[in-house]
Amino acid sequence: MHVTSSKPLSGNPGVALTDPAWVRWSLVGVSIAVISLFLILPLATVLIEALSKGWQAYASSLTLPDTLAAMRLTLLTAAITVPLTTVFGVSAAWAIARFDFRGKSLLTTLIDLPFSVSPVIAGLIYVLIFGAKGWFGPWLSEHDIKVIFAVPGIVLATLFVTFPFVARELIPLMQEIGHEEEEAALSLGASGWQTFFKVTLPNIKWGLLYGVLLCNARAMGEFGAVSVVSGHIRGLTNTLPLHVEVSYNEYDFVGAFASASVLASLAVLTLIFKTLLEWKQSQDRKA
Amino acid sequence: MSIQLSNITKQFGAFKALDNIHLDIPEGELVALLGPSGCGKTTLLRIIAGLEQADQGQVFLKGDNVTEQPVKNRQIGFVFQHYALFRHMTVFDNIAFGLRVKPRKQRPAETVIKQKVHDLLQLVQLDWLHDRFPDQLSGGQRQRIALARALAVEPSVLLLDEPFGALDASVRKDLRLWLRHLHHELNVTSIFVTHDQEEAMEVASQIVVLNHGKIEQKGTPSEIYDQPHSDFVSRFIGQTNVFKIEDHAHEWLKHTGIIIDEPQGIVAHVRPHNISVEKPSDPAKAPVTLRDWQHLGSLIRLELQRDDQTASPTTIYAEMPNEQFKALALNKGDRVAMRIKHAHWFN
Amino acid sequence: MPGFRPALGFTLLYLALIVLIPLSAMLLKSLQLTADQFWNILTSKRVLASFEISFGAALLAAGIAAVLGFIIAWTLVRYPFPGKKLFDALIDLPFALPTAVAGIVLATLYEPRGWIGQWLGEVFGLKVAYQPLGIVVALIFIGLPFVVRTIEPVLQEFDSAMEEAAASLGANRWQAFSKVIVPNILPAAITGFALAFARGVGEYGSVIFIAGNMPYVSEVVPLLIITKLEQYDYAGATAIGMTMLVLSFVLLLIINSLQWWVRRRSGQL
Ligand SMILES: Nc1ncnc2c1ncn2[C@@H]1O[C@H](COP(=O)(O)OP(=O)(O)OP(=O)(O)O)[C@@H](O)[C@H]1O
Ligand SMILES: [Mg+2]
Repeated sequence: MHVTSSKPLSGNPGVALTDPAWVRWSLVGVSIAVISLFLILPLATVLIEALSKGWQAYASSLTLPDTLAAMRLTLLTAAITVPLTTVFGVSAAWAIARFDFRGKSLLTTLIDLPFSVSPVIAGLIYVLIFGAKGWFGPWLSEHDIKVIFAVPGIVLATLFVTFPFVARELIPLMQEIGHEEEEAALSLGASGWQTFFKVTLPNIKWGLLYGVLLCNARAMGEFGAVSVVSGHIRGLTNTLPLHVEVSYNEYDFVGAFASASVLASLAVLTLIFKTLLEWKQSQDRKA
Repeated sequence: MSIQLSNITKQFGAFKALDNIHLDIPEGELVALLGPSGCGKTTLLRIIAGLEQADQGQVFLKGDNVTEQPVKNRQIGFVFQHYALFRHMTVFDNIAFGLRVKPRKQRPAETVIKQKVHDLLQLVQLDWLHDRFPDQLSGGQRQRIALARALAVEPSVLLLDEPFGALDASVRKDLRLWLRHLHHELNVTSIFVTHDQEEAMEVASQIVVLNHGKIEQKGTPSEIYDQPHSDFVSRFIGQTNVFKIEDHAHEWLKHTGIIIDEPQGIVAHVRPHNISVEKPSDPAKAPVTLRDWQHLGSLIRLELQRDDQTASPTTIYAEMPNEQFKALALNKGDRVAMRIKHAHWFN
Repeated sequence: MPGFRPALGFTLLYLALIVLIPLSAMLLKSLQLTADQFWNILTSKRVLASFEISFGAALLAAGIAAVLGFIIAWTLVRYPFPGKKLFDALIDLPFALPTAVAGIVLATLYEPRGWIGQWLGEVFGLKVAYQPLGIVVALIFIGLPFVVRTIEPVLQEFDSAMEEAAASLGANRWQAFSKVIVPNILPAAITGFALAFARGVGEYGSVIFIAGNMPYVSEVVPLLIITKLEQYDYAGATAIGMTMLVLSFVLLLIINSLQWWVRRRSGQL
């Protein structure tokens, strides 16, 4: 049964739906309190703590060689993982949303699997394979290749935790859009790639961007999985989140919060873009 | 229970949805609230129910001023346009809901509730569906369950918002008659909203015609049909031929014997059955031509066209019984004589 | 339509390389342990305590997040109030904020000399940071958006005519809420709860700074796994990791069937 509301949703609700003022105000009060206490206050705290010793200290801790190295590593990790996850997401969505095959629902479930695995386990599994006492550990050290406690391990762990991000956005979106437009393009003589770039991509662009955005936020911010495989070598295998941890544990609070402020700005930017994209997407739907 | 509305006004922002409504509905009537889309029918019904608060005016039920009473104290049964059945409850639980939420002291025992629900299910002839969920019912079935649910609390007033609006034509016809019989049986004062004039004529004992938030006319179906108070009502109820005296020079109408009376306004509304069509004594002088006709069951509808108007011919519709039409033995293109037996005049 | 083979081929290959083979490496590793070894690792006091802490805290936090999240979703959908759009956008912050940042901020706020910790200590004599309670606070933070974002759309779609119908049948506001609204929102609330719970069990970054990480008291399972790894005790780490994975799947399965049962009971299946 598709239920439609019997009156326009805009405007004031009927009197039967109006709760007593004290109920309204106490619930709004609770909400605002929870949001302020749990979400706004932490954001503010990052800034306050980062600037607690002044701008000078803030700026100098951000320009320390180790901090800069951590930023570079974070950017590098994101630069490798985001494109790979995106390509995977698009091809998985193409296969799942455009074709029927046996085991499709199993595949969909498996794609979501990394969501329900603890990030620490995501790190653990790579250690078991590539670590000093792992399956390939001896072979790797013989050939002087480092995966664990090195950049490749960090990238692999990040690939694991960001695995579903793009696919998960695209599959339902492409299923909803349907394949008529693509079939039309093919029937007009377009090649497969032309169809993809000229028809599919324009239709899914906001959803794709949305997935990429979330994937990027996770790739830059991942902590647990990366923590397991990184080895915390200053200047070499610390990503920015790990650098935050190391500084914090060494009681360098300004340094920790300065790096944290960079990550927090990234989060706020992500939220702003996300809101923007959601708005764009709803505009597209309406059109 | 009688319903009285005095001076009801409701505004949504700058838009006046209801404008100074006065209405008296005696006990036991089955009233249709009729009007075009957006004229304020639902809003009025919701104000009577207490689902919406009027900006001004009072609502009286059985003489008691209930304006400030919330819906749950008004003892009304409301049937929603899309039924609003509780999706998470079986048909049985839906109907029992109103009994089960009564304050403990007034709440009947579970055995009594059970009996009552089954009685109601029998009344709406759907006892076999008692353990289904709303999603598993057809539209017409949902409709009747919604009615049974509203009746369970023995309301003194029954309000129905477009009770047949979401149903297809044939189910609709059946349910109309059924509602009428049910009303006979229960004799609860009832108001139902519709924008289908045929439905209103067929079911209601009284019709209230609403337009732009104002009551245009209130009366029995025959009063509304035979004595429309306004140009709007006359057009809205049934089919009407409109003669503007400026266009249809009165001289011509009189000369051809179409109208016998003196004009009492500048616009004449004429029901199709108030036009009689005959074989002319002299075809050359006959004023109109028979273009076409349609069978409407026992009646025939004739399409006539004035001969002196060639630029933009207006079609005049007339109706007569089948046999009479056969007896006239007319063909398409025949010139015929026409007479208006009765007209409503407006200015 | 073209591209089926390459698309599916690449998808499966990538899935195998990044997810399936590594996960089965863990399975293989744990199969190399004898049942006795496995059992000994799991029943050591420290491991048992950490499981109790992780699952207990996640359960409690998901429960609290479910209640708070419901209230927030309700006010966001139903009531107008100033700044609503901003608050709504902020709900996703825990999704976007790196967990390490959340961790150090929460620890700073709730430590005995922190803004909130100080106040809680003075007014209620309550200690949060470096206690199991600290873990719960961090997990509420992490779980909140899961609950809000699953309940919000359902509440938006909810046909308010059902509420009006309840009122017209004589139900008071509380009855309409508990008998009509809650049953219809419940499946979504359970989903939100399950997501928050699953995330909470495995959560590491936001927890370790505020938890204090005292063995037997406030050491969570993910941390214990890392500790074992740092000691090159791969067997121990694997046994614990495997158990955690299986336990959370079993719990999710139970929650899913609970949800299925609720839906079924309410005719939504
Ligand atoms: N909550 C509201 N907020 C703003 N305007 C409203 C609201 N409810 C109704 N209106 C407006 O009031 C007018 C009357 O609405 P109402 O629903 O009573 O019409 P109706 O006669 O029932 O129409 P229909 O036959 O289409 O159901 C409409 O123009 C509608 O747009
Ligand atoms: Mg209406």
